[in-house]
Formats: sequence, C-alpha cells, structure tokens
Amino acid sequence: MALYGWMLLAPALILLITFAFIPAFETIWASLYSKGTLRRPSHFVGVENYLSLFSDPAFRKVVTNNLIYAGITIPVSIAIALGMALWANAQIIGRGFVRAAYFTPTMLPMIAAANLWLFFYTPDLGVIDRITALFGFPSVNWLGQQETALYSVIAVTIWKEAGFYMIFYLAALQTISPELREAATVEGAGRWTYTRRVVLPLLAPTTMFVLVNALINSVKLIDHLFILTKGGPDNASKLILYWVWEMAFAYFDTPQAATMTTLILVVLGIVAAVQFAVLERRVHYR
Amino acid sequence: MSLTTAYAPPRKLFSLPSLDTCGAWLLAIVWVSPLVFAVWAAFHTPEGALSFKLNAPLTLENFRVAWDAAPWPRYFLNTTLLVTVILIGQLTLCTLAGYAFARFRFPGRDAIFILVLLQLFILPEVLIVENYVMISRLGLFDTILGIGVPYMASAFGIFLLRQAFKSVPQELEEAARVEGCGWFGVLWRVYVPAARPTYLAYALVSVATHWNNFLWPLIVTNSTNTRPLTVGLSLFGATESGVNIGVISAATLMVIAPLFFGFILFQRQFIQAFLRAGIR
Repeated sequence: MALYGWMLLAPALILLITFAFIPAFETIWASLYSKGTLRRPSHFVGVENYLSLFSDPAFRKVVTNNLIYAGITIPVSIAIALGMALWANAQIIGRGFVRAAYFTPTMLPMIAAANLWLFFYTPDLGVIDRITALFGFPSVNWLGQQETALYSVIAVTIWKEAGFYMIFYLAALQTISPELREAATVEGAGRWTYTRRVVLPLLAPTTMFVLVNALINSVKLIDHLFILTKGGPDNASKLILYWVWEMAFAYFDTPQAATMTTLILVVLGIVAAVQFAVLERRVHYR
Repeated sequence: MSLTTAYAPPRKLFSLPSLDTCGAWLLAIVWVSPLVFAVWAAFHTPEGALSFKLNAPLTLENFRVAWDAAPWPRYFLNTTLLVTVILIGQLTLCTLAGYAFARFRFPGRDAIFILVLLQLFILPEVLIVENYVMISRLGLFDTILGIGVPYMASAFGIFLLRQAFKSVPQELEEAARVEGCGWFGVLWRVYVPAARPTYLAYALVSVATHWNNFLWPLIVTNSTNTRPLTVGLSLFGATESGVNIGVISAATLMVIAPLFFGFILFQRQFIQAFLRAGIR
C-alpha cells in the first residue's frame, strides 16, 4: 500500500523537486556568492549582496512601487469583483452580457491587454486624452511621465483581474440559500442590511482565498510592463519581478537577481504560513 | 446616460431598469471598451480610426499587414502544442498524485502534502532565473517541453483532484474491487469518471492560463520554432512600436480570437465548471 502510494506520487514529486525546491535552494545559495568574472571567480560573500541591495536606491524604489501596486490593486480589484458578483447574480436585464463583459479581460493574455490599453493611453490621440479634451483638460503622457506611469499600469491590472475574482464570489453567492434572504426580509432587514450582515460574512472565506490570490498576482503579474512602460520612466513603474528579470537576463547579474528572489520567497513563505495557520484554525473549530 | 432608455423594453411589461441595471451596464460597457476600441482600430485606416467617425470606411488592410509581418501559423501551432503538452502532463501527474493523497495511507503523506501545497506559493514565475539554469542543464532550452515541464506537477491540480477523489463514495471502490479491478482499474473506472466536472474545470483553467502565459516562455524560447503567440505578439509590438495602432490591434485580435470565441461558445460551461469544481 505504502509502496503504491509512493509510486503514484513519484512523477509529480520529482518534477516538484526539480522545478520548485532545488531552484529555491539554489536561489538562496546563489544569493550568498559574488558575481563571478573571468579574473575573479565567484566566491562566498555572506550577506554582502543583501547589504548592497538594501543600499541601492533602485531597490527601494522598486519595492515601494510594488507596495503601492499591491496596496491599490488588491483592495480595489476585490471591491470591484464583489460589486460585479452582486450585480451578475441579481435579476437585471441582459445579465448574460454583463457577466461576459466582466469576465472577458480575464480570458485575454496580459500582453494583448497591454496592447489594447496602449490605444487608450497614447498622448493626444489616445481614447483617454480624446475624452478629457472634450472637457478642456490638457493632454497627458500617461505612460511616459513619472507621476502617472505606475497608476496607469495599476489600472490595467485591476481591469484584468477583477473579473477573475468575480467568478469566485459568484460561486459563493450561488451557494447562499434563498431562505436566508426570506428570513431577513421577514425580520424587516432592508437590502443593505441583508448584504452587510448576511452576505458579506458568508463571503469571508472566499475573500480570504481571493486575497491570497491577489497577493500572489501582485508579485507575479508583470507581463504588461514589457509592453506599456518597460519599468520606466526612470524606474517609476518598475516592479520587483521585472527588476529580477532585468538583472538576470539584461545585466546578467545573477547574484543580485537571486538576492531579490530570495526576499520574494521569504515574503511568499510568510503568506503561505499565515494561510496554513488560518486554515488549520478553521479546521479545528469545525 | 441614455442607457436607461436604450435598454428599457418598449411596452410596460417591465418597470424602468433599476439603478442596479444601469450601474451594472455602465461598468460592463467600461469593461469591454478597450476591446471594442481595438476592434474599431483594427478595421479602419489609421486616419479613420483616430477620427472616431462612425461612417469611416472599413478595411481589412491591417489584418493583411499584421499577418504578413510575423510567422503567425507557426506561433499558433507552438501555442497549441504547448497547451496540449502541459495539459496531458498535468492531468496524468495530478491524477496519480491526487489519487495517492486521497486514498492511500502511508507514513509521511501529510508532510508531503504540505510540501506540495507550498508550491502554490513558490511559483515558477518567481524562480525564473534558477529554473532557466535547470532547463538549460537538462538540455531543454528552446523546446516546447522546456516551456511546459515546470508547470506539470501543478499543486493546484493535485489539490483539486484530491478533493474530488475524496468525495467519491468508498462503496463504489469496493464494488469495483469485488469485480476484480486493481488500483489502476479502480482509478480508471471509478475515480476518473466521477471527477469529470473537476477535470473539465481544471482543463479550461489550464488551457486559458498557458495560452496566455508570457514571462517564462519569453525566457526559455529563442527561435520561431518554439515561440508561443504571446511572445510573438510582444516582439511584433516592439518592432512596430508607435507605427500603427491599427496593425497592432489587428495582431492582438488574431491572437486572442481562438480563446475568445471558445469562451463565448462555452461561457456557460466555463462558469458552471468553475462553480462545480468547488473552488472556494
């Protein structure tokens, strides 16, 4: 029995070890070594890479950017997703179209989404500038100036992700028994009270799930940067993973990339630990 | 907004659309507008696209230019192969592992399961640098298999199938055993058919994810013969940058068309699949 169990697990385990665990350990290992050159081969430097990373203003900029990116995209896309789900679940005219419209961006590659948004952000000729011009606002180089580049990228992420999270809320909403609503109505609860006191608490586990997903996405979702801003201007919209990519594959500075990746792994590890702890507690209460 | 009048039925069969309907529609229109403008730009000349005149002449020229500018058939083939290879790998590995976790008892099982779940957080996207080294070491650089293999032991898939297998009644398994089925027969005759909705849901999610994946394929591909559509599209945008929004829109629409129409056709199944898979 045990032997069969291991045999069944073996293929998946081998791949997991090869493409998740070994690379993770190698990353940590590489972050402790210097960059090798022809004249000076790579040698052990301890935490030196970390110290030089922390003193790098670009590092601080990129981390700040990513915190702003996460801090805005996560709550806003979750709030929009919740609103979408409530609407897509309500008795409204043309519900099928509305649902499909909300969900469509999720089906597009991020690269394609970024191309679509280029047409919106183009200065003067783009859709946004055309509309603001009607109200007499001057043209804005949305992607090309420091003040707006990051927020323009954030808008695309929210547009892309909200519909995906909506699906999970929609699934949860459909499991709520209609009797609860009747009971609430009998008790004299209005719609707002019903939503706030009954629906939202029942959606709490879904929110937890969506939150973890959104958090992970705020680290890994960087495809649109390649099209929209390439992290610019002057690092204004650069996110951590894009920085890692650039370090490793444009500047060939593997130790710096490994150091940053290790920090990402630590953060994701903490998220994982918190989630497992929460899950564990819920299981115990049950 | 004239939405209220536009979508109210002419007769007094229904009351006027509620505030909810207006809000939902307004948001829906905002949400599809980037796609609508891309369609608009793709079918017009640059001047026509930017004039926003409804009677501007239509043209297919953008599609012709876009189609001739890159080896699209090869990219379509690569993406199709990639998605297929990944799906076959995932279904096989995740079925076996999910079955082991759901129905076999052995020491260390739960610890291993936690390790598997950890992969939900140690993403292939984050480990691009070392995974690139690993793929090169294995001689898989610039191959379809090289793009796909890090995704095959999907923790999400293992988790979903374990849940599905666990909900299968034990009596079914015992009945099959009485009929003389071994563990593989039980898996194939009892568990796999019982988990069909989960397979469908997982397959749809997997195909959509990998059709759209970009960063990892960008890193491990280096030639036309392996490059998937997304990477092709990004290169295309780069060479044409600032030149013609209509051509870029046309190329973008070509890339998203198969998945998009698939989604429109199977929208109900897709959303139902999600709901039934019990993803919470």
